[in-house]
Amino acid sequence: MNRRRFLRYSAVGVIGGVACARLAMGVAATRRILVKAAKFQFTPGEIRLRKGEAVVFVLTAEDFPHGFSLPDFKTRIDFLPGKTVELNFTADKVGRFHFLCDNFCGEGHDTMSGWLIVSES
Amino acid sequence: MEESSFNRRDFLKLAGVGGGAVFASTLPGCANLMPGKADDFYFVQLSDIHWGYNNASVNPDFKSTLPKAIQAVNSLEQKPDFVVFTGDLTQTTDDPKLRRARLKEFRDMAAAINVPVRYFAGEHDAALDRGEAYQEFFGETLRYTFDHKGLHFIVLDNISDPAPILGDKQIEWLKADLARQKPDQPIIVLTHRPLFSMYPQWDWATRDGDKAIDLLMPFKNVTVFYGHIHHEHHQKTGHIEHHAAKSLMFPLAPVGSVEKKTQVPWNAAKPYEGLGWRRIRAETDGDGHVLMEQVLTKA
Repeated sequence: MNRRRFLRYSAVGVIGGVACARLAMGVAATRRILVKAAKFQFTPGEIRLRKGEAVVFVLTAEDFPHGFSLPDFKTRIDFLPGKTVELNFTADKVGRFHFLCDNFCGEGHDTMSGWLIVSES
Repeated sequence: MEESSFNRRDFLKLAGVGGGAVFASTLPGCANLMPGKADDFYFVQLSDIHWGYNNASVNPDFKSTLPKAIQAVNSLEQKPDFVVFTGDLTQTTDDPKLRRARLKEFRDMAAAINVPVRYFAGEHDAALDRGEAYQEFFGETLRYTFDHKGLHFIVLDNISDPAPILGDKQIEWLKADLARQKPDQPIIVLTHRPLFSMYPQWDWATRDGDKAIDLLMPFKNVTVFYGHIHHEHHQKTGHIEHHAAKSLMFPLAPVGSVEKKTQVPWNAAKPYEGLGWRRIRAETDGDGHVLMEQVLTKA
């Protein structure tokens, strides 16, 4: 296991641990949505959530300091390869919105985007 | 015909020479660009050439669009004072060798232009190596200023960082340059991405562009010419006008016409539709400036 993979597994372990602790205390767990960025796509490419639902995007970059941007919500964050970052987010409107890498990352950069679909709570 | 004496009617006639005009516009609200301080002149804007692009379904004539534009400009009966390329000279590539090959080919072809040429980069040329390869061929021209017949030109770099930003250092540089200008100094800003937030969902924005606009606001006569969005677009932020140019390689569909950023496919019934170049005339007679949109035609 190389260092990058180890870091990734470590991050998942910590995330899982926090979620378990919250459930044990009877607190509704904030949904954690893992998003992986690699040239030139996000996985998943489509994210669904409900209006007013607090979520945490847990972002990892494979190969470039990608950006994760939700312009309709004036929210963005950079994330470096090998380092997981988290973005707290609550959608305050319903609809179908772009998310995209907003750091120019190479030949396929223009296609590196996805959809955030927000439904009524 | 003397360059300083041609009027709008004469200029509109010129549109029929060299490229075939399909569109000519006199923009409202453009008065006072040249408030009687400088000689009349015009310059040509060529944008988003994307040399190296090779998708024939979008542009089957990808090898010839730049030579045709150069030929059209060179055959203009009345010469422009200069030509400016407003970025994306080449199609981006992850291969640094190929990047340099494309930049060299572009530079060698553009050398055939028979009037002075100004260059600056787009993100396709410079974002992946912070302008290193680009500057090997075009010198330190990521950002600079120059003066021409009473107009102060400012080239802003919102492309050499992978993020679409100007950056604090450049904002300070702009501030220092503007501090040397008089309030009534006509200013033309040349840049690649829109400075205002047109549509960041498609990377059609400069993250800190509002800082530059705020610095420019005290000046009464400011016009911005840019590229990046591959179609003509006109917008005002306060009294500052922003004019986007067509591409010479492929058009992009406007916001609202499609769900995702889309290259417009080639229309065999209307070859070169959506491609073209622009002449910008600065006038001293109070009419402001006139934009001429030229289309490419079959050689």
